[in-house]
Amino acid sequence: MSSSWGAATAGAVSRYRQPSRRWTEAGLLAFAFLAGSAAYVQVDLAVLGHIAPDTVPVLCAIAALVLIAHISIRILAPFADAILVPTVVALNVLGLAMIHRLDLAELQRAARIGGTAPPPDVYSQLTWTAFGIVLFVAVLFVVRDHRMLQRYTYTAMLAGLALLLLPLAPLLGATVNGATLWVRLGTLSFQPGELAKILLTIFFAGYLTVTRDSLALVRTKVLGVEFPRGRDLGPLLVAWLVSLAVLVFERDLGTSLLFFGLFVTLLYVATQRRSWLVLGAVLFGSGAVLAFLAFGHVRLRVDVWLHPFADEADTSYQIAQSLYGFASGGMFGSGLGQGYPQLVPYAKSDFIIAAFGEELGLIGLFAMLTLYMIVIQRGLRTALACRDVFGSLLAAGLSIVLALQVFVVVGGVTRLIPLTGLTTPFLAQGGSSLVANWIAIGLLIRISDTARKPDSEAVRLEDAPTTVTRR
Amino acid sequence: MTRSLRRLSFVMAALMIALLANLTYLQFFAATQLRGQAGNSRTLLEEYSRARGPILLASTPIASSISTADQLKYLRQYARGPMYAPATGFYSVVYGATGIERAENAVLSGSDDRFFVDRVQQLFANRGISGGAVRLTLNPAAQKAAYDALAGRTGAVVAIDPSTGAILAMVSSPSFDPNLLSSHDPGLIRSTYDSYLADPDQPMLNRPLAMTLPPGSTFKLVTAAAALESGRYTPFTIVPGPASLDLPTSSRVLNNWSGAACGPDGKTTFENALAISCNTAFASIGLDLGADALRAQAEKFGFNTSFDVPLHAAASRFPSNLDLPQTAMSAIGQFDVSATALQMAMVAAAIANNGEVMWPYLIAQTLSPGLGVLQTAEPSAFSQAMSPANAAILLGMMVTVVEQGTGSNARIPGVRVGGKTGTAQTAPGQPPHAWFVGVAPADRAGGAQIAVAVVLQNGGGAAEVSGNKLAAPIARAVMEAVLR
Repeated sequence: MSSSWGAATAGAVSRYRQPSRRWTEAGLLAFAFLAGSAAYVQVDLAVLGHIAPDTVPVLCAIAALVLIAHISIRILAPFADAILVPTVVALNVLGLAMIHRLDLAELQRAARIGGTAPPPDVYSQLTWTAFGIVLFVAVLFVVRDHRMLQRYTYTAMLAGLALLLLPLAPLLGATVNGATLWVRLGTLSFQPGELAKILLTIFFAGYLTVTRDSLALVRTKVLGVEFPRGRDLGPLLVAWLVSLAVLVFERDLGTSLLFFGLFVTLLYVATQRRSWLVLGAVLFGSGAVLAFLAFGHVRLRVDVWLHPFADEADTSYQIAQSLYGFASGGMFGSGLGQGYPQLVPYAKSDFIIAAFGEELGLIGLFAMLTLYMIVIQRGLRTALACRDVFGSLLAAGLSIVLALQVFVVVGGVTRLIPLTGLTTPFLAQGGSSLVANWIAIGLLIRISDTARKPDSEAVRLEDAPTTVTRR
Repeated sequence: MTRSLRRLSFVMAALMIALLANLTYLQFFAATQLRGQAGNSRTLLEEYSRARGPILLASTPIASSISTADQLKYLRQYARGPMYAPATGFYSVVYGATGIERAENAVLSGSDDRFFVDRVQQLFANRGISGGAVRLTLNPAAQKAAYDALAGRTGAVVAIDPSTGAILAMVSSPSFDPNLLSSHDPGLIRSTYDSYLADPDQPMLNRPLAMTLPPGSTFKLVTAAAALESGRYTPFTIVPGPASLDLPTSSRVLNNWSGAACGPDGKTTFENALAISCNTAFASIGLDLGADALRAQAEKFGFNTSFDVPLHAAASRFPSNLDLPQTAMSAIGQFDVSATALQMAMVAAAIANNGEVMWPYLIAQTLSPGLGVLQTAEPSAFSQAMSPANAAILLGMMVTVVEQGTGSNARIPGVRVGGKTGTAQTAPGQPPHAWFVGVAPADRAGGAQIAVAVVLQNGGGAAEVSGNKLAAPIARAVMEAVLR
């Protein structure tokens, strides 16, 4: 501190320069890759007794992808956060290992009952990982400065809403397991909601950057809490109605919750007014009650949540199996490849956390949730470090999306809250989610690079007078 | 926005901590309960994925696990399944386990805490966890003789080594096939189970341990023991034995099965009364001794106590608060007196073991996965039912029953056999239960080698002859099998 102050007062040209920490990232990436590969190999050894012939090529492909990501960051975002990508890589590779493990379980089952196994899912997940990383690099390449995204605030809104409501379009939409959140184009299907969440985060961040001052204005005080003016409530009500529409027409509890939660939280972050949280909670509460009263599928979810073993053979089969999986994993887990995660329906996607809970145990899940916590906290740190409001809100929004997803999914499969259909970021099978999350990480990396960049574009803090400015 | 962002990061951390706390609850505190829950197939799969230890007779497995290619990696197989089913029980994916499979599950599955060292060794040797073995006391020859002799008729046989209490034979008939219930085909298991349940002969009932029936005249051994212990009776004591006995304080009359008096002038000796199974004589003796003395004697033999061998055996019953007619009827093993085959075998065994009742047991040894001995049964006394002198006298009287009295069909050439027949009346119109209890050899210096009880439920035949006609040959076959 004193040295840089001294240097500045001395008028010297040398500036305090943040270390780029790219070698830290390289080391962490190597560690993440090795840990994930160890898991992958362990699956082979435990289930097959030898390393499967396709394991080495798969791991080589992953290594190549990790290398591409790292080199791209070196070139395109040299000052970016060094911890984000390695953490995400660790999660992604662990997810691949678990999907591989469940593939092997299907193979064994087919061998046992004499049928043919479904084609392994790990290849498509690997392809999506590659696609995700390519898009991650593309984001870094195209978005040279995150502030340019602010220009597309309303475009992002329109595109986001369109994507969100796309599954409702005739011919395109497909209903899977009661929720209409898929779009089918020939053999390709994707969940546009996943991409929508990034576009809408951009929109929220841009919108709030502009309107936060007026939204922060206080007019009325009710019961000691200050509430905003009536006409400023508009956007909040719109967000509420849209998420209700998602819930009603697409029957997608998770996405609905995610969007509303994201908007309210960002409103709070932007305005620092807790009244928004109160209003949001009231709206959410009333929406939840309405949904509970109006929709059988919501009531069923709550019912299954409260009584997971009441209808074990039918409606609560999934959650009961999931809970049994966690319980049988216990403290240390059965070890990768040594449990029965395939007993839980959708173990590769919605319930992949249950599979990890069973095979890696409480200790393994603690470690994995810590990885998520690291990603979220690095994202929020990026928001704090970012020198422009839009960047801050965008980084915070992307972190919130991730945190809410993890909370809703993990809380759901562990029966902390009612089960909703969201994917576990980076772990779960599903291309749309994986690609969208890699794009989100690309944006966070871009923002953190801008935030930590010491070049002339950035505000030169050391040249500014030491005053406290409120952002 | 710094303040709200900082707050937000605390909230996010709080969300994660909520998840972690919930996981800790789920995987640590609630885990044991969830693992034991009925719908949890994992616990079962895990059990099936281990090589379950065998149930042995000497060194021959009667239940063993063979590895299969299906999801349940090991299949339980039972050699001579129906014959040993009352002991082994079954091991079913659908209905859980019964018998030794259930009672000794910790050893067989390898989850017993005493296997800690074995498990560590298995871990380092990278071998799968395998279970320990349970060695039963059953004598294959005796078991086979009893099962074959019953030949599908409804009944039970229990044989005991009198000096230790080790169960040498334990047969239920008709029986079930544990192989069918322990298969890996839930449909087959269910249909088999349902058909067993629907069968009026109740093949899954563990008759030797669970079925209590009126013991009829075999209970006269208990009454006789009480009489000798009272000190007022010797084999030569003259006892009343009229053709029919007026039961005091009632209008009812007790008749002898033959309809005749048991001796000239309606009198006979105590020894002869037992030999010819004189009802009026034993009813009189019972009235003379009183209900309390009879009950005390019965309880010393094990009545009103349930035994876990470790399979649960029902308590045999000698009722309380008897009036005089009830006392008279109870003295000849009627009214509400009921006994398991195990109990009657214990009575005979005690008489042959100097009056000492041994705790019955079915498990000789438990073995670790490496077949090291984990635990060996140590015989222990349940009670001293009668003095050794009186026991010797009563044993002699039992020999008289076989050699000169009603138990002629239990005779074995060259062996002194003691015994007592019984034919227990049941509901009117129903055929009586045929009983026989026996011991052999009755003159061996080291004590008898086997005590056996046989009961044929509603065995048929008429009156007192059916015990000798139907049950005694079965007892003889079992005794011969052990003595041979």
